[in-house]
Amino acid sequence: MVNQSLGDKLFGWVVYALLALICVIVLYPLIFVLVASFSSPGAVMRGEVWLWPKDMTWIGYKKIFQNAEILTGYANTLLYTVIGTAINLLLSIAAAYPLSRKDLYGRNVISGMMVLTMFFSGGMVPTYLLIKDLGMLNSMWALILPGAISVYNVLIMRTFFQNFIPQEMQEAAAMDGCSNIGTLVRIVLPLSMPIIAVMILFYSVGHWNAYFSALMYLTDREKYPLQLILREILIQGQMQEMQGVGDNVLAETVMQSEAIKYAVVIVANLPVLLLYPFLQKYFAKGVMIGAVKG
Amino acid sequence: MKRQIRRNWDLYVLLLPVVAFFIVFEYVPMYGVQIAFKNFIATKGIWGSPWVGLHHFERFFESYYFWRLIKNTLGIGLYQLLVGFPAPILLALLINEVRSRKFSRFVQTVTYAPHFLSTVVLVGLLLIFLSPESGLVNLVITWLGGEPIRFMTEPSWFKSVYVLSGVWQQMGWSSIIYLAALTAIDPQLHEAARVDGASRWQRIWHINLPGIMPTITILLILNMGSLLSVGFEKVYLMQNSLNMTASDVISTHVYRKGIVDGQYSYSAAVGLFNNVINFILLIVVNRVARKMNDTSLW
Repeated sequence: MVNQSLGDKLFGWVVYALLALICVIVLYPLIFVLVASFSSPGAVMRGEVWLWPKDMTWIGYKKIFQNAEILTGYANTLLYTVIGTAINLLLSIAAAYPLSRKDLYGRNVISGMMVLTMFFSGGMVPTYLLIKDLGMLNSMWALILPGAISVYNVLIMRTFFQNFIPQEMQEAAAMDGCSNIGTLVRIVLPLSMPIIAVMILFYSVGHWNAYFSALMYLTDREKYPLQLILREILIQGQMQEMQGVGDNVLAETVMQSEAIKYAVVIVANLPVLLLYPFLQKYFAKGVMIGAVKG
Repeated sequence: MKRQIRRNWDLYVLLLPVVAFFIVFEYVPMYGVQIAFKNFIATKGIWGSPWVGLHHFERFFESYYFWRLIKNTLGIGLYQLLVGFPAPILLALLINEVRSRKFSRFVQTVTYAPHFLSTVVLVGLLLIFLSPESGLVNLVITWLGGEPIRFMTEPSWFKSVYVLSGVWQQMGWSSIIYLAALTAIDPQLHEAARVDGASRWQRIWHINLPGIMPTITILLILNMGSLLSVGFEKVYLMQNSLNMTASDVISTHVYRKGIVDGQYSYSAAVGLFNNVINFILLIVVNRVARKMNDTSLW
């Protein structure tokens, strides 16, 4: 390394200090929630908890497992996420692979038709009326089908197929009498595992975290996904309390939710937290492939 | 051409459900947007309802809410653009200066993480940390001798809480694309500049920043194109009767009037107005960018 001037050295230290500060600001709230989830609700409310659990307790977690609505919500979310992601993945591959083939007649027309929808859409109300006409109100399909393909993800995938799968291999397979779909299944997909992992991550996190389509389309509480139950625990009770419109029944739910709100945040994000370190090496790659295109 | 189509017939079969999806779930609603110019009557359907021209648009322009909605939507959008847009660029430039692989990896892992929290959890965290009685932020403020601030119900705080929590959540994730652009910069440029005695600061300013300018421009265009489509999901969760004067935006107005109150035609008109403005903004900004530095979306 070349000798650094004093200014450059100082500059280096400022960079490290700033980044360390950013890490603390990002990380601390998450650590606090984790710590608070193991502490007694009273101690948390009095502001006695900072970095270490106070009066260690499992009560929050215990209450979650006694709460039928949270458990049903969790099961619903799992179901919606698995089925939704499977459909997302199949349709995205079905869109991206043909469009990655330069010898496909009409690919520009179909690409154009897809990309236009990134910039212009019918909007909330016509979409709602469509779902209503299709008879999908209050059904799982209203949460899964309207967003079944993300154009952005298809573009990432198409770029991957074009740039990272050797063209000669596909041509050789065709020469040997392999059909296009055979080539896709036997050659292209096995080589595309990194991008498929990224797609699974993007789509499944999307389904796991979605609340709005459920709010709009679902009416039965038994069908509610976890996020809608979380909304009641984390947001609605607190909001009403702040606005001073709470009654006695509500006061009780607020006390109840005080005990479980930290634990519920941890439990709700558990799958993502567990998957995150696993998939980390893949997902940044996905965004970067998207960037190559740009 | 014919032979090409015949040889690839199975690819078209593959595309069939995809095209069907776009027609049903994207283009049918676009066609359905005509109810903005009609008086939607459920029994008559979209096609049979009577035309009323620009009636719903006029009603919106003259309504008491119009200026409030424009002011809030535009205000949040511009604030977001001014503060939220540069933050990931700065972060990427900082991370790029780190020599230690381990530390750089650590910073990235930490800052990407909040991206995976749901909107519901994020707003829940805001309520926890900003609560006037027990929130950490207010504890620190009172400890420093200040008065607790009612962040979530005070209208004047709404925009800041919205934008800054967005920076907290998305800064790391959005920086990935700039980091990718930074790694593509030719190291020889830095070598040459170092030989000529350029300081690190000068090299960032004269090499790194110009190097990622095309990426910045593209993302700026995209951001401008969605200036008026402020993240509905988060705004809706942060709304309450006390901060409504600052938090009511076009998209939440559409939801309340349309889906909740059932005024389909009126809210479809409001939504269409929003969409058209966004589309025009996108085209104008794209054209300006192309004229100014030869980078554009198309």
